[in-house]
Amino acid sequence: MKKKTGKQSICFASPPYILETATVAGPMEGEGKLGDTYDKILEDNIHGHESWEQCESFMLRTAIETAAKKSKITIPDIDYILAGDLLNQLMSTHFAIRGLERPFLGLYGACSTFAESLLLGAVLLDGGFGETIAIAVSSLHDTAERQYRFPTELGVQRPPISQWTVTGAGSAILSANGQGPRITAATIGKVVDIGIKDPNAMGPAMAPAAADTLYCHFADTGKQPAYYDMIFTGDLGAIGKQLTIELLQEKGYDISGNYEDCGLMIYFDQQDVHSGASGCASSALAFCGHIYKEMRRGRWKRILLACTGSLHSPVSYQQKESIPCIAHAVAIES
Amino acid sequence: MTIKEKEKQNYQERFNQVKPKPPIFKNIIWAFIIGGLICTLGQYIQDYFVSIGFSKKDAGGPTSAVLIFLGAFFTGLGVYDELGRLAGAGSIVPITGFANSIVAPAMEWKREGYVFGVGAKMFTIAGPVIVYGTVTAMLVGFIRWLMG
Repeated sequence: MKKKTGKQSICFASPPYILETATVAGPMEGEGKLGDTYDKILEDNIHGHESWEQCESFMLRTAIETAAKKSKITIPDIDYILAGDLLNQLMSTHFAIRGLERPFLGLYGACSTFAESLLLGAVLLDGGFGETIAIAVSSLHDTAERQYRFPTELGVQRPPISQWTVTGAGSAILSANGQGPRITAATIGKVVDIGIKDPNAMGPAMAPAAADTLYCHFADTGKQPAYYDMIFTGDLGAIGKQLTIELLQEKGYDISGNYEDCGLMIYFDQQDVHSGASGCASSALAFCGHIYKEMRRGRWKRILLACTGSLHSPVSYQQKESIPCIAHAVAIES
Repeated sequence: MTIKEKEKQNYQERFNQVKPKPPIFKNIIWAFIIGGLICTLGQYIQDYFVSIGFSKKDAGGPTSAVLIFLGAFFTGLGVYDELGRLAGAGSIVPITGFANSIVAPAMEWKREGYVFGVGAKMFTIAGPVIVYGTVTAMLVGFIRWLMG
């Protein structure tokens, strides 16, 4: 049977289940709005490791192991691991998966990787290619800063539009059988480049990609925004969120009543992160820590999660290129 | 996805309208206070060296050395970046900021070893300043030489 719906969406015939989720968060995230929803909170961003990169690997691996344990499965029960992070050559992910001895596919979609791995995991399960899949993503403030921006101890003033890379890792166990919320549909995003060149303005750069994917999701599936109890985007921040609402309004969809951005759910205002959170872990911590649990509690029955990614690199920025962006959406219903 | 230039322009204009402006007045005041305090400290240090027998001209060298040491020291303690967050140019422009711009990458890249880490990376921020400072000095010197 044909599972592709419309131009770029998929409706799953046997929607896979999300059995459990797990999170590891940094200290600043632990003090944030969702601090009491995380499974493990580190005392600092290095947690006794020799480097921040090692710490990020530790977080990713711990998240996978914790999610497996909570799902009452062992690592050998996992058919495939789909995971990614923000660093060059997926450094944190590859070193985290090194000892797990499971079939693995590394994914890069910048901060959209969480939705990318959820939807690809669902595709594999719905296609009958496996029974159990672990997905995981991570980001760590200091590893991202040194790769994309400045050394962390440099005394620079961040502009108000900038966002703060989240330290954390989130993992989910997907299964063809079981119970829990199910991934019912997904929309694969296109690369959208609206011409923004300021790498501090990632939220505004990504907003058109988010709006495009959400619009395509509604158009492809015939659903209205009100069909979902909540719609979440990954890490657009305050300005990006506002722009997304406006762009969708112009295309005839009003999401202002049931929409929030994960980047505004992680930190309190007084934590001085400026426009909000960013990074793979922004959507991963918000979903695995908070949204999933609220779905299990019955607060929300249907949600749409659209994770957004800025696909630029430090090299592309130095070569004066604009920022290509992407957003992938997954519909999760219980 | 190809987006028309006109659409890009419109979006850039819309973004510029909602883009939050930095609190310039507050930033200037803090830059003035902290930058001023660093300079006042420098003056005290210079006066001290003069009081123990240095000429005013000779006191410049040791004064800079002490300030560079303090900038490096507080970068190492993880304080200087917090100061920079508040003071902006007030803590970047004085010589302590120059020390910070060298010590911060040196600390950051220590784990990559002393040759390809610290040695290769410590001038990633300060390097351009040194290169173009030297080039400008040479140009000015050349012009002066031409003018006799």
